[in-house]
Amino acid sequence: MEALKQELKSKIVEVLNLEDIAVADINDNDALFGDGLGLDSIDALELIVMLDKDYGIKLVDPKEGKTIFQSIETMAAYIGANRVK
Amino acid sequence: MRIKKTYINGLGCISAQKTFDTVFLEEAELNENDTILSLKVPVYKDFIPPVAIRRMAKGVKNGIVASTLALRDAQLETVDAIITGTGMGCIEDSEKFLKAILDNNEQFLTPTSFIQSTHNTVGGQIALGLQCKAYNLTYVNGSVSFESALLDAKMKIEEEDTSSVLVGGIDETGDYTMSLFKLIGFIKEENQSPYTVLNSTTKGVVFGEGAAFFALENEKKEHSYAEILDVEILNKLEVQDVEKRIIAFLDSNDLAITDVDAVVLGYNGDVESDLYYKDLADSTFANTPQVYYKHLSGEYDTASAFGLWVGVKIIKNQTIPEIVKSNSLEKSAYKTILLYNQRNGIDHGFTLISRC
Repeated sequence: MEALKQELKSKIVEVLNLEDIAVADINDNDALFGDGLGLDSIDALELIVMLDKDYGIKLVDPKEGKTIFQSIETMAAYIGANRVK
Repeated sequence: MRIKKTYINGLGCISAQKTFDTVFLEEAELNENDTILSLKVPVYKDFIPPVAIRRMAKGVKNGIVASTLALRDAQLETVDAIITGTGMGCIEDSEKFLKAILDNNEQFLTPTSFIQSTHNTVGGQIALGLQCKAYNLTYVNGSVSFESALLDAKMKIEEEDTSSVLVGGIDETGDYTMSLFKLIGFIKEENQSPYTVLNSTTKGVVFGEGAAFFALENEKKEHSYAEILDVEILNKLEVQDVEKRIIAFLDSNDLAITDVDAVVLGYNGDVESDLYYKDLADSTFANTPQVYYKHLSGEYDTASAFGLWVGVKIIKNQTIPEIVKSNSLEKSAYKTILLYNQRNGIDHGFTLISRC
């Protein structure tokens, strides 16, 4: 799980071009949207595509995203339980 | 109704030269060794919030910085219209998006590069930054993309309800597109330097990229640079008809060849394309100071916006820097300047500016 969290942090920094943020700056429970990392709706789309492409998870219900993308912790837990690759 | 005049009240330029915080090409460096000129860029974060900048390709960043500089220069907070011209649009993100389609077998397409890949991205991002919901248009017309935008801007200014327009030309290079341009001979062959623009004997050009913006207003101000007298675009023109066309263009503005104090020609170093300027240089404007600029900017669809920046600076500073002179003639005053650009015999743009 710890390795997955690190992997997610790296991917988020790379995929979302978070130029001023290092992997070490992201805490497991930091909010990804709003006051935390400050991601927006376009980033949410990028994350949905990333789940599909890298972990084989298709989010059917967009409302699920709100819970899944709360933090690195929640993302890792969801991916760990649902990944097919 | 009296037609209103169009004044250039602010400039902003990002190019292969240091044009964003200098007076007028005093730090210009001639690079005749590369086939693609790279930009001299400012610190983008001084102009664009970090949250927005992370999604922007260089063309968008350059467009936003150049337009910001033009607005600041004109002491304007916002405008009544934003009009841009671009030949290739946001080619960097277009390449990224198309590559993702191929790499991922037409699946997993991410939104960012698609959103940012449209030709009107720069105009849209400027409007978003300014929260400007006014007229916003992007012209994509090859080498007259900028002149098309400028013509529209001038017509808007002539209208009663438009007092200010932000107009600019933006193009960026993309690695894959440049490799294709090399393959088909648009760009000069490697290992044939020096790549001189004047008196070139080879086909192809040295490529470049950049963004130049102009804040136009219907009011002459203390800091006004010049007046745009006229803009004309033509798709096709034979070499032997260029002089006739220029005389007619000048005549429609009650001017003659002898009234032109300097002519800015769009030489790009392609031996065939530059034939269009030969008779003008040797005969029509033999007694007129002549200026060229693409050895400093490189060739791209909106390089003529850089050319206009050069012309406007000549009028403002009343001097022609040595590095852009293509003949040795000088005048005591530069009141009226004609700019002419075309590429391979198509997309001819004529722009006439004067001191105000």
